[in-house]
Amino acid sequence: MQAAPRPFWPPLAAGTALGLVLLFTFLISGHGLGASGFFARFAAWLSALLAPDWAAGNSYFGPFLRSNPLDSWIGWEIVGVIVGGLVGALSSGRFKAGIEHGPRIGSGSRLLWALLGGVLVGFGARLAQGCTSGIGLSGSATLAAAGFVFLAGFFGAGFLGSIFARRLWQ
Amino acid sequence: MNLPMYDNGLLSGLLAGFLFGYVLEGAGFGSPRKLTGQFFLKDWSVFKIMFTAVIVAAFGLWLFETLGWMRPHAAFVPTLLIYGTVLGGALIGLGFVLGGYCPGTSAVGFASGRLDAFVFMLGMVAGSSLFAGVFDDIRGLALAAVEPRGLTLPQLFGVPAILVIAGLAVIAFLGWKVGSMVEKKFGGPYGVEEVLDSVDTGGGTRHAGGIRIQPAE
Repeated sequence: MQAAPRPFWPPLAAGTALGLVLLFTFLISGHGLGASGFFARFAAWLSALLAPDWAAGNSYFGPFLRSNPLDSWIGWEIVGVIVGGLVGALSSGRFKAGIEHGPRIGSGSRLLWALLGGVLVGFGARLAQGCTSGIGLSGSATLAAAGFVFLAGFFGAGFLGSIFARRLWQ
Repeated sequence: MNLPMYDNGLLSGLLAGFLFGYVLEGAGFGSPRKLTGQFFLKDWSVFKIMFTAVIVAAFGLWLFETLGWMRPHAAFVPTLLIYGTVLGGALIGLGFVLGGYCPGTSAVGFASGRLDAFVFMLGMVAGSSLFAGVFDDIRGLALAAVEPRGLTLPQLFGVPAILVIAGLAVIAFLGWKVGSMVEKKFGGPYGVEEVLDSVDTGGGTRHAGGIRIQPAE
């Protein structure tokens, strides 16, 4: 029998800790935290593997491929995120392998929605030149206009989409 | 002092990432139910934690610059794109409420054992490739930027940064109070048991026995 999982951190503690980690990242690297850049680099790397001619000639992926696209700060950062998340989940008893979904849908359709959502987010993050971490969080911390415009788009579309997505989660 | 260090090496990335992932997991942001709960007003953790982090980091940057410990204007400021920033943000908001994650939180969901997070990550790789495929056709619109590059709110409004930070703190405080009231009304926020009961390990989910008490709406 496993010990009971420990509760999530209170929001004020989690938010303060996240802010300090973000500040620390700015001080050591000169920029904030990110995530989507890694998936773009991974996509460029995969394209180079599957369709080398297309990838090298592609005007978006081509520049990523002048050196190893995975050997970059954001690549190591994502490795760190996964290890940090794993350590947090295992040490708190919150690790659980499986498919998380709302009570009114099954696991199969959950995976289809996850795939579709991922496609939209992957495309959107290239369009915005960053994601919730890189633009929304890190950009806003520098008081960038881009950060707050991004968040307005993010929350606006999220609330609009929630009208149709209620069945998936609630 | 001569900050930032501009260290973009392996250890810098691993260390920043480790702390980022550890904190996001502690916040509960490896759970798509908790994350999307924001958009059903049942769990305001996304608003509370993001806003708090933005204010703490923004104040810290201001303090380090003001005390002369960090070079002024040294931190990278993203550029506002005319269409890309708001449209990209909207696609991410829509993909988030349908798919349950954003890029960083999907990595934490995956690290917490969620297979749906892994599938979401595959979708992001496909979406990034799709963008690369159409990039030549949309390049002009996608890259159109507002000048000056790296525009900040203090520049835009012509006020000191600390005033913008104070304004954000007031908005965050009020939003926090409203959020705490509203999420309680809807039976939130999600606790760890409710999240873990929503995970199908192969034999279905528990979801409080399939019965959910719906609060009056």
